[in-house]
Amino acid sequence: MIWKIFLFLLLAFVSVAGISFPIVENPTKWYEFPLIPGLEENAKIIFFHVPTAWLTVIAFLMSTLYSFKYLRKKNLDDDLKSYASAQLGMIFCILATITGSVWAKFAWGSFWNWDPRETSIFALLLIYGAWFALRSSIESEEKRATLSAVYSMIAFVTVPFFIFIMPRIMTGLHPGSADDSNAGPVVNFKMNGNMLLIFFLSLIGFTILYFWMWRIGYKSILLKDKLDKKLIRG
Amino acid sequence: MNSKSYSLFLKDLKSELRTRYAINALAMFIIVAISVIMFSVGQEKISPGLTGGLFWVVIFFTAMSGLSRAFVSEEERGTTLALQLVASPTTVFSGKLIFNIILVFAMNTVIAVLYSALFNEFIIRNFLLFLTSFVFGNIGLAISSTIIAAIIAKAGAKGTLYPVLSFPILLPLILASVQLTLFAIDGISFESAKFELAIVVSYDVIMLTASYMLFDFIWKE
Repeated sequence: MIWKIFLFLLLAFVSVAGISFPIVENPTKWYEFPLIPGLEENAKIIFFHVPTAWLTVIAFLMSTLYSFKYLRKKNLDDDLKSYASAQLGMIFCILATITGSVWAKFAWGSFWNWDPRETSIFALLLIYGAWFALRSSIESEEKRATLSAVYSMIAFVTVPFFIFIMPRIMTGLHPGSADDSNAGPVVNFKMNGNMLLIFFLSLIGFTILYFWMWRIGYKSILLKDKLDKKLIRG
Repeated sequence: MNSKSYSLFLKDLKSELRTRYAINALAMFIIVAISVIMFSVGQEKISPGLTGGLFWVVIFFTAMSGLSRAFVSEEERGTTLALQLVASPTTVFSGKLIFNIILVFAMNTVIAVLYSALFNEFIIRNFLLFLTSFVFGNIGLAISSTIIAAIIAKAGAKGTLYPVLSFPILLPLILASVQLTLFAIDGISFESAKFELAIVVSYDVIMLTASYMLFDFIWKE
Protein backbone atom coordinates (compact mmCIF):
# COMPACT_ATOMS: atom_id res chain seq x y z
CA MET A 1 0.00 0.00 0.00
CA ILE A 2 2.79 2.41 0.93
CA TRP A 3 4.54 2.06 -2.42
CA LYS A 4 1.26 2.67 -4.24
CA ILE A 5 0.92 6.02 -2.45
CA PHE A 6 4.58 6.68 -3.22
CA LEU A 7 3.98 5.89 -6.90
CA PHE A 8 0.91 8.14 -6.96
CA LEU A 9 2.84 11.04 -5.44
CA LEU A 10 5.80 10.48 -7.77
CA LEU A 11 3.71 10.39 -10.95
CA ALA A 12 1.58 13.32 -9.80
CA PHE A 13 4.71 15.37 -9.15
CA VAL A 14 6.22 14.40 -12.50
CA SER A 15 3.01 15.28 -14.37
CA VAL A 16 2.62 18.66 -12.67
CA ALA A 17 6.30 19.54 -12.91
CA GLY A 18 6.67 18.31 -16.47
CA ILE A 19 3.75 20.34 -17.73
CA SER A 20 3.85 23.48 -15.64
CA PHE A 21 7.52 24.33 -15.00
CA PRO A 22 8.45 27.24 -17.29
CA ILE A 23 11.14 27.12 -19.95
CA VAL A 24 13.41 30.17 -19.82
CA GLU A 25 16.59 31.17 -21.56
CA ASN A 26 18.87 31.36 -18.54
CA PRO A 27 17.45 29.26 -15.73
CA THR A 28 18.22 30.69 -12.30
CA LYS A 29 15.51 29.28 -10.02
CA TRP A 30 15.28 25.59 -9.18
CA TYR A 31 12.03 25.05 -11.08
CA GLU A 32 13.08 26.56 -14.41
CA PHE A 33 13.99 24.48 -17.44
CA PRO A 34 16.64 25.60 -19.94
CA LEU A 35 15.75 26.54 -23.50
CA ILE A 36 16.91 23.98 -26.05
CA PRO A 37 17.31 25.61 -29.49
CA GLY A 38 15.10 23.96 -32.08
CA LEU A 39 12.79 22.38 -29.51
CA GLU A 40 11.60 25.21 -27.20
CA GLU A 41 8.28 24.33 -25.48
CA ASN A 42 8.09 21.11 -27.48
CA ALA A 43 10.91 19.74 -25.34
CA LYS A 44 8.49 19.01 -22.48
CA ILE A 45 7.21 15.92 -24.23
CA ILE A 46 10.40 14.18 -23.14
CA PHE A 47 8.85 13.56 -19.70
CA PHE A 48 5.97 11.55 -21.12
CA HIS A 49 6.89 10.32 -24.60
CA VAL A 50 10.29 8.89 -23.79
CA PRO A 51 9.02 6.83 -20.80
CA THR A 52 6.25 5.27 -22.92
CA ALA A 53 8.79 4.34 -25.61
CA TRP A 54 11.11 2.99 -22.91
CA LEU A 55 8.28 0.89 -21.45
CA THR A 56 7.44 -0.43 -24.91
CA VAL A 57 10.96 -1.79 -25.16
CA ILE A 58 10.97 -3.16 -21.60
CA ALA A 59 7.55 -4.80 -21.98
CA PHE A 60 8.36 -6.46 -25.30
CA LEU A 61 11.76 -7.58 -24.02
CA MET A 62 10.10 -9.14 -20.96
CA SER A 63 7.54 -10.79 -23.20
CA THR A 64 10.29 -12.29 -25.37
CA LEU A 65 12.24 -13.36 -22.29
CA TYR A 66 9.25 -15.24 -20.89
CA SER A 67 8.54 -16.77 -24.32
CA PHE A 68 12.10 -18.06 -24.29
CA LYS A 69 11.58 -19.38 -20.76
CA TYR A 70 8.39 -21.11 -21.88
CA LEU A 71 10.20 -22.88 -24.73
CA ARG A 72 12.78 -24.18 -22.25
CA LYS A 73 10.56 -25.18 -19.32
CA LYS A 74 7.13 -25.61 -20.98
CA ASN A 75 5.45 -23.95 -18.02
CA LEU A 76 2.18 -22.29 -19.08
CA ASP A 77 2.56 -19.58 -16.41
CA ASP A 78 5.50 -18.18 -18.35
CA ASP A 79 3.32 -17.93 -21.43
CA LEU A 80 0.68 -16.00 -19.50
CA LYS A 81 3.33 -13.63 -18.16
CA SER A 82 4.63 -13.13 -21.66
CA TYR A 83 1.11 -12.43 -22.92
CA ALA A 84 0.33 -9.96 -20.12
CA SER A 85 3.57 -8.11 -20.79
CA ALA A 86 3.00 -7.98 -24.54
CA GLN A 87 -0.48 -6.51 -23.96
CA LEU A 88 1.06 -3.70 -21.93
CA GLY A 89 3.80 -3.29 -24.50
CA MET A 90 1.16 -2.84 -27.20
CA ILE A 91 -0.66 -0.18 -25.16
CA PHE A 92 2.54 1.76 -24.52
CA CYS A 93 3.63 1.28 -28.14
CA ILE A 94 0.40 2.88 -29.35
CA LEU A 95 0.74 5.67 -26.77
CA ALA A 96 4.34 6.34 -27.83
CA THR A 97 3.30 6.38 -31.49
CA ILE A 98 0.43 8.81 -30.88
CA THR A 99 2.33 11.19 -28.60
CA GLY A 100 5.30 11.14 -30.95
CA SER A 101 3.10 11.70 -33.95
CA VAL A 102 1.32 14.68 -32.38
CA TRP A 103 4.68 16.11 -31.40
CA ALA A 104 6.01 15.56 -34.94
CA LYS A 105 3.11 17.60 -36.33
CA PHE A 106 4.33 20.62 -34.38
CA ALA A 107 8.06 20.02 -34.62
CA TRP A 108 8.47 18.67 -38.17
CA GLY A 109 5.24 19.78 -39.82
CA SER A 110 3.51 16.47 -40.48
CA PHE A 111 2.19 13.57 -38.45
CA TRP A 112 4.31 10.93 -40.10
CA ASN A 113 7.75 11.29 -41.69
CA TRP A 114 9.28 7.76 -41.86
CA ASP A 115 12.10 8.80 -39.61
CA PRO A 116 14.15 5.73 -38.48
CA ARG A 117 12.53 5.73 -35.05
CA GLU A 118 9.04 6.10 -36.44
CA THR A 119 9.78 3.20 -38.76
CA SER A 120 11.12 1.04 -35.93
CA ILE A 121 8.07 1.61 -33.77
CA PHE A 122 5.92 0.86 -36.81
CA ALA A 123 7.81 -2.42 -37.25
CA LEU A 124 7.16 -3.23 -33.57
CA LEU A 125 3.44 -2.54 -34.03
CA LEU A 126 3.43 -4.84 -37.06
CA ILE A 127 5.29 -7.64 -35.28
CA TYR A 128 3.05 -7.62 -32.22
CA GLY A 129 -0.10 -7.08 -34.27
CA ALA A 130 0.81 -10.27 -36.13
CA TRP A 131 1.68 -11.95 -32.83
CA PHE A 132 -1.76 -11.22 -31.36
CA ALA A 133 -3.43 -12.33 -34.60
CA LEU A 134 -1.52 -15.62 -34.41
CA ARG A 135 -2.51 -16.15 -30.78
CA SER A 136 -6.18 -15.52 -31.41
CA SER A 137 -6.24 -18.06 -34.26
CA ILE A 138 -5.18 -21.03 -32.09
CA GLU A 139 -7.54 -22.77 -29.68
CA SER A 140 -5.29 -25.16 -27.77
CA GLU A 141 -3.35 -23.52 -24.94
CA GLU A 142 -0.08 -25.39 -25.34
CA LYS A 143 -0.05 -25.02 -29.09
CA ARG A 144 -0.76 -21.32 -28.80
CA ALA A 145 2.00 -20.88 -26.25
CA THR A 146 4.60 -22.76 -28.30
CA LEU A 147 3.81 -21.25 -31.68
CA SER A 148 3.63 -17.68 -30.38
CA ALA A 149 6.87 -18.18 -28.45
CA VAL A 150 8.57 -19.44 -31.61
CA TYR A 151 7.23 -16.49 -33.56
CA SER A 152 8.44 -13.97 -31.03
CA MET A 153 11.89 -15.59 -31.11
CA ILE A 154 12.02 -15.31 -34.91
CA ALA A 155 10.82 -11.71 -34.77
CA PHE A 156 13.40 -10.97 -32.08
CA VAL A 157 16.35 -12.02 -34.27
CA THR A 158 15.22 -9.73 -37.09
CA VAL A 159 15.18 -6.61 -34.89
CA PRO A 160 18.95 -5.90 -35.09
CA PHE A 161 18.68 -5.68 -38.88
CA PHE A 162 16.28 -2.79 -38.59
CA ILE A 163 18.83 -0.91 -36.52
CA PHE A 164 21.47 -1.35 -39.23
CA ILE A 165 19.39 -0.89 -42.37
CA MET A 166 17.24 2.04 -41.30
CA PRO A 167 19.81 4.85 -41.04
CA ARG A 168 21.05 3.88 -44.51
CA ILE A 169 17.65 4.35 -46.09
CA MET A 170 16.21 7.35 -44.28
CA THR A 171 17.66 10.38 -42.56
CA GLY A 172 17.10 10.93 -38.87
CA LEU A 173 14.98 13.86 -37.75
CA HIS A 174 14.43 12.64 -34.23
CA PRO A 175 16.24 14.46 -31.39
CA GLY A 176 19.17 12.30 -30.34
CA SER A 177 19.69 10.77 -33.79
CA ALA A 178 23.28 10.30 -34.83
CA ASP A 179 23.03 12.82 -37.66
CA ASP A 180 20.74 15.28 -35.89
CA SER A 181 22.38 18.69 -36.09
CA ASN A 182 20.01 21.21 -34.52
CA ALA A 183 18.76 19.67 -31.28
CA GLY A 184 21.74 17.39 -30.70
CA PRO A 185 21.83 14.57 -28.20
CA VAL A 186 19.29 16.13 -25.87
CA VAL A 187 19.80 13.89 -22.91
CA ASN A 188 23.54 14.30 -22.62
CA PHE A 189 24.23 17.99 -22.98
CA LYS A 190 21.33 20.37 -23.25
CA MET A 191 19.29 19.32 -20.25
CA ASN A 192 20.19 20.90 -16.94
CA GLY A 193 20.08 19.26 -13.52
CA ASN A 194 16.40 19.67 -12.66
CA MET A 195 15.24 18.65 -16.12
CA LEU A 196 17.37 15.49 -15.93
CA LEU A 197 16.08 14.79 -12.42
CA ILE A 198 12.43 15.03 -13.45
CA PHE A 199 13.15 13.00 -16.59
CA PHE A 200 14.70 10.17 -14.60
CA LEU A 201 12.00 10.38 -11.90
CA SER A 202 9.46 10.00 -14.69
CA LEU A 203 11.32 6.98 -16.08
CA ILE A 204 11.44 5.37 -12.62
CA GLY A 205 7.77 6.14 -11.96
CA PHE A 206 6.62 4.71 -15.27
CA THR A 207 8.79 1.61 -14.81
CA ILE A 208 7.22 0.89 -11.41
CA LEU A 209 3.82 1.50 -12.98
CA TYR A 210 4.64 -1.07 -15.66
CA PHE A 211 5.62 -3.78 -13.20
CA TRP A 212 2.49 -3.10 -11.15
CA MET A 213 0.24 -3.23 -14.22
CA TRP A 214 2.01 -6.37 -15.39
CA ARG A 215 1.25 -8.15 -12.09
CA ILE A 216 -2.39 -7.09 -12.23
CA GLY A 217 -2.67 -8.14 -15.88
CA TYR A 218 -1.15 -11.55 -15.13
CA LYS A 219 -3.45 -12.11 -12.15
CA SER A 220 -6.54 -11.09 -14.12
CA ILE A 221 -5.69 -13.57 -16.89
CA LEU A 222 -5.26 -16.30 -14.28
CA LEU A 223 -8.64 -15.46 -12.72
CA LYS A 224 -10.31 -15.40 -16.10
CA ASP A 225 -8.91 -18.85 -16.90
CA LYS A 226 -10.15 -20.18 -13.56
CA LEU A 227 -13.63 -18.76 -14.15
CA ASP A 228 -13.74 -20.19 -17.67
CA LYS A 229 -12.86 -23.63 -16.39
CA LYS A 230 -15.50 -23.38 -13.64
CA LEU A 231 -18.14 -22.38 -16.17
CA ILE A 232 -17.25 -25.27 -18.46
CA ARG A 233 -17.41 -27.82 -15.62
CA GLY A 234 -20.77 -26.41 -14.60
CA MET B 1 21.26 -32.46 -44.97
CA ASN B 2 21.35 -36.04 -46.15
CA SER B 3 19.84 -38.38 -48.71
CA LYS B 4 16.62 -38.53 -46.66
CA SER B 5 15.92 -34.84 -47.01
CA TYR B 6 16.74 -35.14 -50.69
CA SER B 7 14.15 -37.90 -51.11
CA LEU B 8 11.66 -35.79 -49.16
CA PHE B 9 12.34 -33.01 -51.64
CA LEU B 10 11.81 -35.43 -54.55
CA LYS B 11 8.52 -36.53 -53.01
CA ASP B 12 7.36 -32.91 -52.77
CA LEU B 13 8.49 -32.22 -56.30
CA LYS B 14 6.64 -35.26 -57.64
CA SER B 15 3.40 -34.46 -55.86
CA GLU B 16 3.72 -30.84 -56.95
CA LEU B 17 4.20 -31.86 -60.57
CA ARG B 18 1.14 -34.09 -60.31
CA THR B 19 -1.23 -31.46 -58.98
CA ARG B 20 0.68 -28.33 -60.08
CA TYR B 21 -1.21 -26.42 -57.41
CA ALA B 22 1.58 -24.10 -56.24
CA ILE B 23 3.07 -23.64 -59.70
CA ASN B 24 -0.28 -22.68 -61.23
CA ALA B 25 -1.16 -20.36 -58.35
CA LEU B 26 2.23 -18.67 -58.52
CA ALA B 27 2.20 -18.30 -62.30
CA MET B 28 -1.27 -16.79 -62.31
CA PHE B 29 -0.42 -14.52 -59.42
CA ILE B 30 2.66 -13.19 -61.23
CA ILE B 31 0.52 -12.30 -64.21
CA VAL B 32 -2.18 -10.74 -62.04
CA ALA B 33 0.26 -8.67 -59.98
CA ILE B 34 2.23 -7.40 -62.96
CA SER B 35 -0.89 -6.54 -64.93
CA VAL B 36 -2.38 -4.67 -61.95
CA ILE B 37 0.77 -2.58 -61.83
CA MET B 38 0.73 -2.04 -65.59
CA PHE B 39 -2.93 -0.96 -65.55
CA SER B 40 -2.40 1.42 -62.65
CA VAL B 41 0.67 2.91 -64.30
CA GLY B 42 -1.18 3.30 -67.60
CA GLN B 43 0.44 5.82 -69.86
CA GLU B 44 2.35 7.52 -67.04
CA LYS B 45 6.09 7.68 -67.24
CA ILE B 46 7.50 6.10 -64.09
CA SER B 47 10.99 6.60 -62.77
CA PRO B 48 13.52 3.73 -62.81
CA GLY B 49 13.74 3.92 -59.02
CA LEU B 50 10.04 3.23 -58.66
CA THR B 51 10.22 0.15 -60.87
CA GLY B 52 12.86 -1.29 -58.53
CA GLY B 53 10.48 -0.94 -55.58
CA LEU B 54 7.48 -2.30 -57.48
CA PHE B 55 9.61 -5.28 -58.53
CA TRP B 56 9.86 -6.31 -54.87
CA VAL B 57 6.16 -5.66 -54.31
CA VAL B 58 5.40 -8.25 -57.00
CA ILE B 59 7.90 -10.69 -55.50
CA PHE B 60 6.53 -10.30 -51.98
CA PHE B 61 2.88 -10.82 -52.86
CA THR B 62 3.60 -13.69 -55.22
CA ALA B 63 5.65 -15.41 -52.54
CA MET B 64 2.80 -14.95 -50.07
CA SER B 65 0.33 -16.58 -52.42
CA GLY B 66 2.15 -19.85 -53.01
CA LEU B 67 4.89 -20.60 -50.52
CA SER B 68 2.71 -21.58 -47.57
CA ARG B 69 1.84 -24.82 -49.41
CA ALA B 70 4.98 -26.57 -48.18
CA PHE B 71 3.58 -27.48 -44.78
CA VAL B 72 -0.12 -26.73 -45.22
CA SER B 73 -0.38 -29.52 -47.83
CA GLU B 74 0.96 -32.05 -45.32
CA GLU B 75 -1.60 -30.98 -42.73
CA GLU B 76 -4.43 -31.10 -45.27
CA ARG B 77 -3.56 -34.58 -46.43
CA GLY B 78 -3.01 -35.72 -42.86
CA THR B 79 0.49 -36.94 -43.63
CA THR B 80 2.22 -34.98 -40.87
CA LEU B 81 2.24 -37.90 -38.43
CA ALA B 82 3.72 -40.24 -41.01
CA LEU B 83 6.47 -37.74 -41.71
CA GLN B 84 7.13 -37.37 -38.00
CA LEU B 85 7.61 -41.12 -37.76
CA VAL B 86 10.01 -41.57 -40.66
CA ALA B 87 12.18 -38.49 -40.43
CA SER B 88 13.81 -36.18 -37.89
CA PRO B 89 12.66 -32.54 -37.75
CA THR B 90 15.94 -31.32 -39.26
CA THR B 91 15.51 -33.64 -42.23
CA VAL B 92 11.94 -32.50 -42.81
CA PHE B 93 12.89 -28.85 -42.64
CA SER B 94 15.83 -29.35 -45.03
CA GLY B 95 13.63 -31.12 -47.56
CA LYS B 96 10.95 -28.44 -47.44
CA LEU B 97 13.54 -25.70 -47.57
CA ILE B 98 15.20 -27.11 -50.70
CA PHE B 99 11.80 -27.32 -52.36
CA ASN B 100 10.90 -23.75 -51.43
CA ILE B 101 14.29 -22.39 -52.52
CA ILE B 102 13.83 -23.97 -55.96
CA LEU B 103 10.27 -22.64 -56.14
CA VAL B 104 11.37 -19.13 -55.16
CA PHE B 105 14.19 -19.13 -57.70
CA ALA B 106 11.90 -20.31 -60.49
CA MET B 107 9.22 -17.78 -59.53
CA ASN B 108 11.57 -14.82 -59.21
CA THR B 109 13.41 -15.60 -62.43
CA VAL B 110 10.09 -15.57 -64.27
CA ILE B 111 9.15 -12.31 -62.54
CA ALA B 112 12.51 -10.71 -63.40
CA VAL B 113 12.33 -11.74 -67.06
CA LEU B 114 8.70 -10.69 -67.50
CA TYR B 115 9.26 -7.50 -65.58
CA SER B 116 12.26 -6.34 -67.57
CA ALA B 117 10.45 -7.21 -70.80
CA LEU B 118 7.35 -5.21 -69.87
CA PHE B 119 8.85 -2.18 -68.14
CA ASN B 120 11.16 -0.16 -70.35
CA GLU B 121 12.38 1.86 -67.38
CA PHE B 122 13.61 -1.24 -65.54
CA ILE B 123 17.20 -1.24 -66.79
CA ILE B 124 19.88 -2.89 -64.68
CA ARG B 125 23.21 -1.11 -65.10
CA ASN B 126 25.24 -3.24 -62.70
CA PHE B 127 24.05 -6.72 -63.55
CA LEU B 128 26.49 -8.59 -61.30
CA LEU B 129 25.31 -6.66 -58.24
CA PHE B 130 21.71 -7.33 -59.15
CA LEU B 131 22.40 -11.04 -59.58
CA THR B 132 24.20 -11.32 -56.23
CA SER B 133 21.48 -9.49 -54.33
CA PHE B 134 18.85 -11.49 -56.21
CA VAL B 135 20.41 -14.82 -55.18
CA PHE B 136 20.85 -13.93 -51.51
CA GLY B 137 17.49 -12.19 -51.36
CA ASN B 138 15.78 -15.29 -52.77
CA ILE B 139 17.48 -17.57 -50.27
CA GLY B 140 16.40 -15.32 -47.39
CA LEU B 141 12.86 -15.14 -48.73
CA ALA B 142 12.72 -18.94 -48.97
CA ILE B 143 14.07 -19.51 -45.44
CA SER B 144 11.70 -17.06 -43.73
CA SER B 145 8.66 -18.14 -45.68
CA THR B 146 9.37 -21.81 -44.94
CA ILE B 147 9.56 -21.33 -41.17
CA ILE B 148 6.45 -19.09 -41.15
CA ALA B 149 4.67 -21.70 -43.32
CA ALA B 150 5.45 -24.28 -40.65
CA ILE B 151 3.87 -22.05 -37.98
CA ILE B 152 0.84 -21.34 -40.17
CA ALA B 153 0.26 -25.02 -40.89
CA LYS B 154 -0.05 -25.71 -37.17
CA ALA B 155 -2.27 -22.68 -36.52
CA GLY B 156 -5.92 -22.74 -37.47
CA ALA B 157 -6.21 -19.89 -39.97
CA LYS B 158 -4.21 -20.99 -42.94
CA GLY B 159 -4.41 -18.54 -45.80
CA THR B 160 -5.14 -15.15 -44.32
CA LEU B 161 -2.56 -15.07 -41.57
CA TYR B 162 0.44 -15.93 -43.73
CA PRO B 163 1.23 -12.49 -45.20
CA VAL B 164 0.47 -10.85 -41.85
CA LEU B 165 3.02 -13.01 -40.05
CA SER B 166 5.60 -12.93 -42.82
CA PHE B 167 5.71 -9.22 -43.51
CA PRO B 168 7.45 -8.03 -40.31
CA ILE B 169 9.96 -10.89 -40.57
CA LEU B 170 10.70 -10.19 -44.22
CA LEU B 171 10.73 -6.40 -43.86
CA PRO B 172 14.48 -5.96 -43.20
CA LEU B 173 15.28 -8.26 -46.12
CA ILE B 174 12.89 -6.42 -48.42
CA LEU B 175 14.21 -2.99 -47.39
CA ALA B 176 17.80 -4.07 -48.03
CA SER B 177 16.91 -5.79 -51.31
CA VAL B 178 14.97 -2.79 -52.61
CA GLN B 179 17.98 -0.65 -51.79
CA LEU B 180 20.31 -3.07 -53.61
CA THR B 181 18.03 -3.18 -56.65
CA LEU B 182 18.07 0.63 -56.74
CA PHE B 183 21.87 0.55 -56.56
CA ALA B 184 21.96 -1.94 -59.45
CA ILE B 185 19.63 0.27 -61.50
CA ASP B 186 21.82 3.29 -60.79
CA GLY B 187 24.92 1.28 -61.71
CA ILE B 188 26.64 1.74 -58.37
CA SER B 189 29.79 -0.33 -57.79
CA PHE B 190 30.04 -3.41 -55.58
CA GLU B 191 32.30 -1.55 -53.20
CA SER B 192 29.70 1.00 -52.14
CA ALA B 193 26.91 -1.56 -51.87
CA LYS B 194 28.76 -3.99 -49.64
CA PHE B 195 27.02 -2.83 -46.44
CA GLU B 196 23.59 -3.79 -47.79
CA LEU B 197 24.98 -7.02 -49.21
CA ALA B 198 26.42 -7.85 -45.79
CA ILE B 199 22.99 -7.23 -44.24
CA VAL B 200 21.28 -9.57 -46.70
CA VAL B 201 23.90 -12.31 -46.27
CA SER B 202 23.83 -12.11 -42.47
CA TYR B 203 20.03 -12.11 -42.54
CA ASP B 204 20.19 -15.40 -44.46
CA VAL B 205 22.66 -16.95 -42.04
CA ILE B 206 20.85 -15.83 -38.88
CA MET B 207 17.40 -16.82 -40.13
CA LEU B 208 18.72 -20.20 -41.23
CA THR B 209 20.23 -20.86 -37.80
CA ALA B 210 17.17 -19.63 -35.93
CA SER B 211 14.86 -21.69 -38.14
CA TYR B 212 16.77 -24.91 -37.58
CA MET B 213 16.84 -24.28 -33.84
CA LEU B 214 13.15 -23.42 -33.56
CA PHE B 215 11.69 -25.88 -36.05
CA ASP B 216 11.83 -28.74 -33.51
CA PHE B 217 9.35 -26.91 -31.28
CA ILE B 218 6.90 -26.28 -34.11
CA TRP B 219 7.15 -29.73 -35.59
CA LYS B 220 6.58 -31.60 -32.32
CA GLU B 221 3.49 -29.54 -31.53
